[in-house]
Amino acid sequence: MGFYIVQFLTGLSDASALFLVACGLSLIFGVTRIVNFAHGSFYMVGAYAAYAIISYLPQSPFLFWVGVLGAALVVGVFGVLVETLLLRRLYHAPELFLLVATFGIVLILQDLTRWLFGAEDLLGHRAPGLAGSVNIMGSLIPQYDLALIIIAPFILGVIWLLLYRTRWGVLVRAATEDREMAGALGVNQATLYSTVFFLGSFLAGLGGAIQLPKGGADLLMDMNIIAAAFVVVVVGGMGSIAGAYLAAVIIGELSSFGILVFPQSTLVMMFLVMAVVLVVRPYGLYGNAEVHEHGFEAVSVSLLQPASKKLRCLGLILLIGVACMPLFAGAFQLVLITEIAIFSLAGMSLYFMMSPGGMLSFGHAAFFGGGAYAAALMVHYLQTPMELAICFAPLLTGLLALIIGWFCVRLSGVYLAMLTLAFAQICWSIVFQWGGFTGGDDGILSIWPSEWASNKVVFYYLTMIICIGGILSLRYLIFTPFGYAMRACRDSALRAESIGINIRNHQWFAFAIAGGFAGLAGGIYVFSKGSVFPDEMAIPRSFDFLLMVLLGGVDTIFGPIVGSAAFIWLHDKISRIDFWQFILGSIFIVLVVAFPQGIVGYFNRRFGRYFVDQT
Amino acid sequence: MTKLLQVNNLSRSFGGITAVDRLSFDVEAGQILAMIGPNGAGKSTCFNLINGQLRPDHGSIKICGQEIVGLAPRHVWKLGVGRTFQVTSTFASMTVLENVQMALMSYHKLARSPFRKVRHLFIDESMDLLKLVGIEDQSHRVCGLLSYGELKRVELGVALTNRPKLLLMDEPTAGMEPSERQRLMNLISQIVRNQKIGALFTEHDMDVVFTHADRIIVLNRGELAAAGTPEEVRENHKVQEIYLGITA
Ligand SMILES: Nc1ncnc2c1ncn2[C@@H]1O[C@H](COP(=O)(O)OP(=O)(O)OP(=O)(O)O)[C@@H](O)[C@H]1O
Ligand SMILES: [Mg+2]
Repeated sequence: MGFYIVQFLTGLSDASALFLVACGLSLIFGVTRIVNFAHGSFYMVGAYAAYAIISYLPQSPFLFWVGVLGAALVVGVFGVLVETLLLRRLYHAPELFLLVATFGIVLILQDLTRWLFGAEDLLGHRAPGLAGSVNIMGSLIPQYDLALIIIAPFILGVIWLLLYRTRWGVLVRAATEDREMAGALGVNQATLYSTVFFLGSFLAGLGGAIQLPKGGADLLMDMNIIAAAFVVVVVGGMGSIAGAYLAAVIIGELSSFGILVFPQSTLVMMFLVMAVVLVVRPYGLYGNAEVHEHGFEAVSVSLLQPASKKLRCLGLILLIGVACMPLFAGAFQLVLITEIAIFSLAGMSLYFMMSPGGMLSFGHAAFFGGGAYAAALMVHYLQTPMELAICFAPLLTGLLALIIGWFCVRLSGVYLAMLTLAFAQICWSIVFQWGGFTGGDDGILSIWPSEWASNKVVFYYLTMIICIGGILSLRYLIFTPFGYAMRACRDSALRAESIGINIRNHQWFAFAIAGGFAGLAGGIYVFSKGSVFPDEMAIPRSFDFLLMVLLGGVDTIFGPIVGSAAFIWLHDKISRIDFWQFILGSIFIVLVVAFPQGIVGYFNRRFGRYFVDQT
Repeated sequence: MTKLLQVNNLSRSFGGITAVDRLSFDVEAGQILAMIGPNGAGKSTCFNLINGQLRPDHGSIKICGQEIVGLAPRHVWKLGVGRTFQVTSTFASMTVLENVQMALMSYHKLARSPFRKVRHLFIDESMDLLKLVGIEDQSHRVCGLLSYGELKRVELGVALTNRPKLLLMDEPTAGMEPSERQRLMNLISQIVRNQKIGALFTEHDMDVVFTHADRIIVLNRGELAAAGTPEEVRENHKVQEIYLGITA
């Protein structure tokens, strides 16, 4: 009996930090409509800052909590700085660019933390005065866990008072419900945003700090918590603080008890719970459809036209160039071009669901990596020949996308995107945790092309044919009735539904097609590399794809190709430098501030008139 | 003969407000019915109920005798109901022509086809419809850039693509010049007479209503306040009361 009570209490204490992070994320999103990817990083920084401050101060129960609060304050102030110095400049740009900017901060903070504290995991300090354990019917539970259990409801109460008993709270709720109306009420937007950012970041920092004695500090904290926080927000219901707490508790208990039943797959349990909740209540436990109405302007709307004659000529010249490449390029350049082609296809599949489909995905790597793993596992266990493996990879990921998409298309805008990220993280964790089957962290090695294709040049042509074929098929699809109906659903769900289009089904198929083509790219990728690792499914990989599309420009079909070329080239140039993530993050931020329309968008604006057919 | 549209005892409330309150009326083939009433009377709500956008709290709606309560808008559309919205709703990234093409593709069950290029599909049929609603000269403009009056015409064209038996129009002439309004309504009258379909429309312009409606129903706070021919409604004291000071 005591054992189960302790297990239950452990779950509750695990929920505390998660709740704080999710609550901050939800507050910031509600008011500013920014999906703050850096929120997980704020949590990580909170833990490291607490480590530094507590190490510096003399040991005492009082000073320990001073250190915790101090760390939270540092993170809160940092959040305000990020908001005022960077994000504020971007409020007029499409919302997606804010997202890229926050991801730039993720990269920068990741390297900054590693530079300051080193790559080793840090062991947390015991909290003075709470270092002992309590005996509950024969089972022990650390006193500190009990403290954590009290902290979360306490903070929940404080935030509730702030929201419902202060003028500031009225403004926050007004802005969450209706941004325009809040503007009309004469709310000082700048102050409101800054204060909300402060509180949200403070909570993230506090979450990291109180977590320190339990879990220590490491560099993976940011990505781990952000995925869990998304799950909490989606399950709890957007904008609901109480929902966030309930969802955090559910997830905490789930991992606490789940570990007894399926020690290897706690994250799969999380998926099951999320799935069940979303089937019963698509907007989460405490969410309502109303808040969802003002979703996310996914991408800007612009007319798609078939390529002009001059553009077609340019494309043809490019194709000929690609075909002649092996004549004068070295092996290294061929590998680079192969990689660009593969990523272009993956980027194009993301573009396909994002731009004409209006469905934002933060988890496209699940399909790319899924395709790579599908092919690799088939070769590894079934000795499947390369040709067959490449054919099956998109089919299997298409199937995976059908399953994931079934849940996702019930939501829209940023909620859909959060859900894709949560699912992707779950796919990643399955691959990562199920080491016996997938090789876990060590990946799967020695996956080489068939005999006939093992020659570098032959493989180059094979990749080019598949990738260019895939890209052109997706492009073709955009101009067919299917593609038009996708745009119809995006432009006006109301109108689409009232001319007989089954929106959910249509988006579902589009989702599956995008997943299938990403899987195709992954299938070839594994043969070009010879191996696959869980990184191919992780969040940073999803972001790479998103960045490629945005870098090229979301409005143009050429965007993903140019974007991935630019990205791979950049990556190749800097990835040998030690703190390259810092540089990459900074570049993203500069790009977003300076070229909000992407590379192709920029060239379109400057030189587009030279490519229009004269009439 | 069964009526084209039969609405019986229809109610729907939002929180405390009863937007549509025990409303009953019907529309026959070849008939134009105007629904009038002050702002907030429940007219648009009534359209949304018929079209399947909203579910009624209770009551029944029959099209040619078939109960449609509970059907999704896309299924109501398939039964031959075309509609326009008060706040126009078109595909903003497509041209006028493409908007109509899209509706035709859906009508011809091609909306999922991944094999043909839209550029060549139903061009003639679409252009005919655009000519009918008088916007063929704008066919290659993007809908996101059109004026409100032009969008109303596009919506009408789209609403006609499924050869509707029943046409629902929420303020079809809003945003147009008075002379333009009369011309558009003449055109709608012609379509209704020639194709023997039914039409239900709302309008705040009383000139338009009294010239073109065969029958008028008057809504006030969701309830049916009066019904009858234009003459009967004009004479009705209750209606004058409702509109006193509201319309000139
Ligand atoms: N989705 C909704 N949620 C809450 N209340 C609503 C909703 N839709 C309509 N209402 C309310 O129902 C009532 C009827 O609205 P409706 O739009 O049907 O009026 P209307 O007759 O079309 O007015 P108008 O002439 O201004 O178009 C109004 O009081 C409105 O506020
Ligand atoms: Mg109305």
